[in-house]
Amino acid sequence: MTEGEPLIRWDWIASHLDEFAFRLGEHVELTVIAVGVGFVIAFALSLLILRAPRTEGPITAVTGTMYTIPSLALFALLIPYTGLTVVTAEIGLVSYTLLILVRNIVRGIRGVPADVREAAVGMGYAPREVLWRIELPLALAVIIAGVRLATISTIGLVTVTSLIGQGGFGFLILIGIQRFFTTELIAGAVLSVALAILADALLVLLQRRLTPWARAA
Amino acid sequence: MEFRDVSKRYAGQLAVDQLSFKVPAGRICVLVGPSGSGKTTSLKMVNRLIEPTGGSILIDGRDVLREEPTALRRRIGYVIQQVGLFPHQTIAENVGTVPRLLGWPKERIAARTEQLLALVGLEPSRFALRYPAQLSGGERQRVGVARALAAEPPVMLMDEPFGAVDPIVRDRLQNEFLRIQRDQGTTVLFVTHDIDEAIKLGDRVAVMRGGKLVQYAPPAELLAHPVNAFVAEFVGSDRGLKRLVLLTVGGVDLDTTVARAAVSPNAPILSPASTLRDALVRMLASEAQVGIVVDRDRYLGVLTLSTIGRMIRDDT
Repeated sequence: MTEGEPLIRWDWIASHLDEFAFRLGEHVELTVIAVGVGFVIAFALSLLILRAPRTEGPITAVTGTMYTIPSLALFALLIPYTGLTVVTAEIGLVSYTLLILVRNIVRGIRGVPADVREAAVGMGYAPREVLWRIELPLALAVIIAGVRLATISTIGLVTVTSLIGQGGFGFLILIGIQRFFTTELIAGAVLSVALAILADALLVLLQRRLTPWARAA
Repeated sequence: MEFRDVSKRYAGQLAVDQLSFKVPAGRICVLVGPSGSGKTTSLKMVNRLIEPTGGSILIDGRDVLREEPTALRRRIGYVIQQVGLFPHQTIAENVGTVPRLLGWPKERIAARTEQLLALVGLEPSRFALRYPAQLSGGERQRVGVARALAAEPPVMLMDEPFGAVDPIVRDRLQNEFLRIQRDQGTTVLFVTHDIDEAIKLGDRVAVMRGGKLVQYAPPAELLAHPVNAFVAEFVGSDRGLKRLVLLTVGGVDLDTTVARAAVSPNAPILSPASTLRDALVRMLASEAQVGIVVDRDRYLGVLTLSTIGRMIRDDT
C-alpha cells in the first residue's frame, strides 16, 4: 500500500463496474460448470454405492483424498498436462465437490423411510420409478444441502484459479496483491463472498419451491 | 387364493414350512401367530416381495411366480402397519398411485380418488390436497386402505394394518374395513398377532407357529375345538367368552314360555342382531338376569344367563 492512499478508492470502483461484470460472468461460469459436472459424476458414483455398497469405502477414500490435496499443488501438478486452461481449473474444482455431493446424495436416498420404499415396491413401482419418483424427491432436501455446500466452497476456490489464468473475482485479488492495491484486492474478496451468499440464498429458495410438503407438516 | 406346499428357507433355516391352504374368493383369511411364526413372510410371498424357495401360490388359478412382479403387484392391494404413505405427495396423489401406474386417464383417477376418500370416511374437499404429515395416525391408515383399494384389486394383502393406532380407533377402522370388504367383495389375506382381531375379522383363521400351519378353521371352530395345547393357549383361556362375539342373540334358543309382561321392567331390550357378548354385558349391568328380545316391535322371548352360560361351555 502506498503512503497516504486510502484503503478503498471509491472512484476506482465506480470506474471499473464493467470489469466487475465481466469477472462475475467468468466466476459464475467456472462455478456452474464445476458444480454441474461434479453433480453428474457424484450422482453416478452415488448410484454405484447404493447398488454395490462395498464400493463405498474405496469411493469415499478417493474423493476424500482429492478433497485434502492443497488446491495450489493440484493445479501445479496438472499444468504439465492441461496447461493454463479452463480444463485445468475445472479438474481441480470438480474434484473438490465430489466428497460433499456423494456423501449427501447417498445419505439422502438412504434416509428415505423403509416403509415408504416397501409400499412403493409393493404397489408395483418398477425399480427405476422407485428411484426417480419416490427416493430422489424425498432425498431432495439433503441433496440440495450438499449442493449448497459444494457451491459455496467452489465459489471460494475459483479465486485460487486466478493463479493459472482463470479466476473470476480471484483475478482482482491477484492483481491487487501484485500491485499492493488494496481497493482491487478488497473488491475481489467482497464480491466473491457476496456471490457465495447470493448463490446460497437462491438454492434455499429453490429447495423451498421443490419441496412444498416439507412446509406442510 | 391358494398356497400349495409353499416353503421359504433362509440360510438353511425354514421360515415357512410346506404351507398349504385356500382362501375362498371374497373372504378374509387371517394369518395369526407369535412373532417369528412366518406369517409376514407368507404374506410377502404372495406379491413376491419375498420369493418362495419351493411350492406355488395361485391367484384365480394362476401361479404368481409366472407373472411379471410389477404387473402382479399392481393387481394386488397392499397395506402395511407403518402405512408407508408417500410424504411428498398429497393425499389424492397417494390414493391415485396404482391407477396412475396403470395409466388411467386423469379424470377417471380424480373421480375414483374422490369416491375412495368418501368410502373410508375422509371428506375429499378437506383431505385431498393435504400432505400425509398433516394427518393423524388413524386418518393416515384410512388413506392407506383407500390407496390399496384404488384400482379395485381382486386381492388385498394387509400386514398388521391397524397395529399402530389406539384401541378405539382400531375398533372403528376394523368395523369400517369389514363393511368395505363385504361391499367390494375383495379377497383378503390379513396378518396380525392379535387373536381378538383375527376372530373379529377372519372368515378363516390360520394359526401359524415356527413356519408351520397349526390350524386352519373358521373362528368359531378354532375357539370351540383348538387342535392342540398351543392353539388353546394362543386363543386364550377365555375362549368361551370370545365365542360370544361370534354368536348373535337371534342365533340361540330363547325362552318363549314367559309372557313379556311377566319380565322385570329393568331387563334390557335386545335385538336379534346384537352379539351375545353385548347382551351379556347389558344383562349383567341391569341386574335383571334376563334380556327381552324384540325384533322391531315383535316380542320373540327372553334370553337367560343360563343360555349364555351354555354357549360358553358348549364345545360342540
